[in-house]
Amino acid sequence: MLSVTAGLSVAQSCVLSLVMFTGASQFALVGIIGAGGVLGAAAGNALLLGARNVAYGFVAAPILAKGRGRRLVLSQLVIDETVAMARAQPDPVSARYAFSATGLAIYVLWNAGTLAGAVIGGEVDPARFGLDAMFPAAFLALLVPQLRQGGAHRAAVVGAVIALVLIPLTPVGVPVLAASLGVLAAGAGRAATGPTDRGTEGWR
Amino acid sequence: MNGTALLLISAGCYLMKAFGPLVLADRSLPPTAARLVGLQAVPVLAALVVIQTVSSGDRLVLDARLPALGVAAVLIWRRAPFLAVVLGAAATAALLRTVW
Repeated sequence: MLSVTAGLSVAQSCVLSLVMFTGASQFALVGIIGAGGVLGAAAGNALLLGARNVAYGFVAAPILAKGRGRRLVLSQLVIDETVAMARAQPDPVSARYAFSATGLAIYVLWNAGTLAGAVIGGEVDPARFGLDAMFPAAFLALLVPQLRQGGAHRAAVVGAVIALVLIPLTPVGVPVLAASLGVLAAGAGRAATGPTDRGTEGWR
Repeated sequence: MNGTALLLISAGCYLMKAFGPLVLADRSLPPTAARLVGLQAVPVLAALVVIQTVSSGDRLVLDARLPALGVAAVLIWRRAPFLAVVLGAAATAALLRTVW
C-alpha cells in the first residue's frame, strides 16, 4: 500500500516483498523514493537498514540446517522476527524449527499483505486516508523493539537530531544517511579503549 | 522506479543476510563490531521517524502526521500488533484532515 502510494507499480511492490523481504529496508526505499529522493540515497538507506541482518546471520548461523543449498534458501528468512523467535527457544532443535516456521509464516503473510495493500493502495488518495502517516508509525514500530540493546537510546536520539537539523539543509535522503553515524554515539560509551572524540568516560 | 535497481538493492540485502550463515559460520565478529552492526538500524529508523513525520521534501512541516505518530506511540506502548499501529496512525491523520 505504501509503495504504491510512493509511485511503485503493483508488480514492483510485490517483487520487492518477494526478493528483498526485510521490512525496514523496503519501507525506507519506498519512503525516500516517495518523498522525491534520488535513487542512490534510497538504495543507501535500504542497505544500511539491511546491515543489521549481517549480525542476525551470525546469530542464526549455528541454528540453521547444514548444507550449502539449504542455507542459501534459509538465509532469505534471516530477519528480526525469525532470529528473535529462534533465540527464545531452549534448545537448538526447537530453535531451528522456530526459525523456519516463523520465517515461512511471515514470508507468506508479508507477501499476501503486500499484494492486497498494493491493489487497494492504487485506488485511494494517500493524504485523505492518512496513508502518509503510516510511514512514521511503521518506522516507530520497527524502532521500539530495537531500543533494548545497550546504547540504543543514545544512538536513536543522535540519529533523530542529525536528521532534524539536516532536513532543510540537504537533499532528500541525505539526512538519513548522515543519521546512521548516530550508531557511533552508542559505541562511544562501551569501547573502553576505542578512539572516540568523547573520551572514555562511562554513561550508564 | 527502475526495476534493475530494485533487484540490485534486493540482492545486496540478501547477501548481507547470507553472509553469516555461508561465509563465517564457525567464526564470530569481534564483540564491538557485532554490537555496532546490530545497532546500525537504530539511528536510521529514528531519523526516518522524524523525517517522515515533520518534513515534506526539504521543508519542515507540522501537520496531522504528528498527532498520528502520537497515537501510534500509544498503540506500540499498549503492545498493539504492527498492522493496528500503522492503521491507527492512518485513521488518526485521516480523521483530523476531515475535521480541519
